[in-house]
Amino acid sequence: MSKVLRIATTWLDGCSGCHMSFLDLDERLADMAPHIEMVYGPLVDAKVFPEGVDVTLVEGAVATDEDKKKIRMIRDRSYILVSFGDCAVTANVPGMRNQFKVKDVMKRGYLENSSQNPELPSIGVPHLLDRARPVHEFVSVDVFLPGCPPPTEAILYTISELLAGRVPDLKGKARFGA
Amino acid sequence: MKKPLRVDERSLRADVNPVRLLTFKIDDRDVSARADETILTVARQNGIKIPTLCHMEGLSEHGACRLCIVEVKGMSRLMPSCVTLPRQDMEVLTKSDRVLDYRRKILELIFSERNHVCSVCVTNGHCDLQALAVEMGMTHVRYDYIYPTHPIDATHPRFSVDHNRCVLCLRCVRVCDEIEGAHTWDVMNRGISSKVITDLNQPWGSSETCTGCGKCVQVCPTGALSEKGKSVAEMVKRRQFLPYLQMMRHRE
Repeated sequence: MSKVLRIATTWLDGCSGCHMSFLDLDERLADMAPHIEMVYGPLVDAKVFPEGVDVTLVEGAVATDEDKKKIRMIRDRSYILVSFGDCAVTANVPGMRNQFKVKDVMKRGYLENSSQNPELPSIGVPHLLDRARPVHEFVSVDVFLPGCPPPTEAILYTISELLAGRVPDLKGKARFGA
Repeated sequence: MKKPLRVDERSLRADVNPVRLLTFKIDDRDVSARADETILTVARQNGIKIPTLCHMEGLSEHGACRLCIVEVKGMSRLMPSCVTLPRQDMEVLTKSDRVLDYRRKILELIFSERNHVCSVCVTNGHCDLQALAVEMGMTHVRYDYIYPTHPIDATHPRFSVDHNRCVLCLRCVRVCDEIEGAHTWDVMNRGISSKVITDLNQPWGSSETCTGCGKCVQVCPTGALSEKGKSVAEMVKRRQFLPYLQMMRHRE
């Protein structure tokens, strides 16, 4: 393949574990380097999500008003959107708060479990949505890569297939949970 | 075509109704069967895979999960193979597009109805539901998750029940009634609000009928029933007792 694949990664409500699994590609990332360009993500020093991204890996659930805005912008600017890991695919652990009211979740996190200066944050933090939800409940998703985190081999397979111009079929290659 | 018989409609009196043998087709393969064997049993005898969740060797069939549905030529409805008996010259399809499509929908609905968080589950890696998702190539759920509020009952000294992970297969209800003979477990409410309960919806720990045998915990396909003190992925189910008990009971 002659064209260089422009890849972006990002995380919404997630723990960065999927990115760690991505980094576990180790020297295989170096092998891939001539064929890919990392244009945005926590591993790249770019402040703004660029236009015309070929593949974006999105880790994490959509849990705040900011996530909602971000995922719509990312969808507009990405050719292929990959739901990267269980939080993006199922809401997973961030979704465990969904059984409770946001008010109670905030109270639990910032007041009851705080040892000093218990105070609800009012500036600099986005508002929580009523529920943390999977990415595909907000925008269309092209590839689903489940796993907590997705196994490195499955990530390698996904990127290799996309490099070869194919849509990866992840049936049986990754599972929810580990 | 005549409607296929369900398991509970067949005569159990083999002396007055000697078992007939018949032949029919599964996925274009000729198979022979006793008239009192289910389509699922015959398929498995012939190495034809049909996914199941509520079915368990050694317990009565219940037909709860609907994952074992098959297409019978001439019938408009899909039939649950675990409770459907074959008829002579019946043609059964286990992998038609229609069957696979409905099975996938059923599995996704099961996931969407409760809060299945595999990554923090005691049965992660040993779960029948999780394995089915891999087997059936389900990488995501197309329906909106419901995120219902469900309690955990940890009042029993050795076991706990987490309704967030229950798939209502009713294996616990059947094993407790049919094998242990205690009938501690039962179901309350209907449809999507159904819930397994102990005694008359009393805390499990206060149950007067529970013998504490733990059979329900071992047959539970997910992490809904688990032993206390197990951390993530540590709850491996031990089900060897069931074929053993079954064998000993049938010994004259």
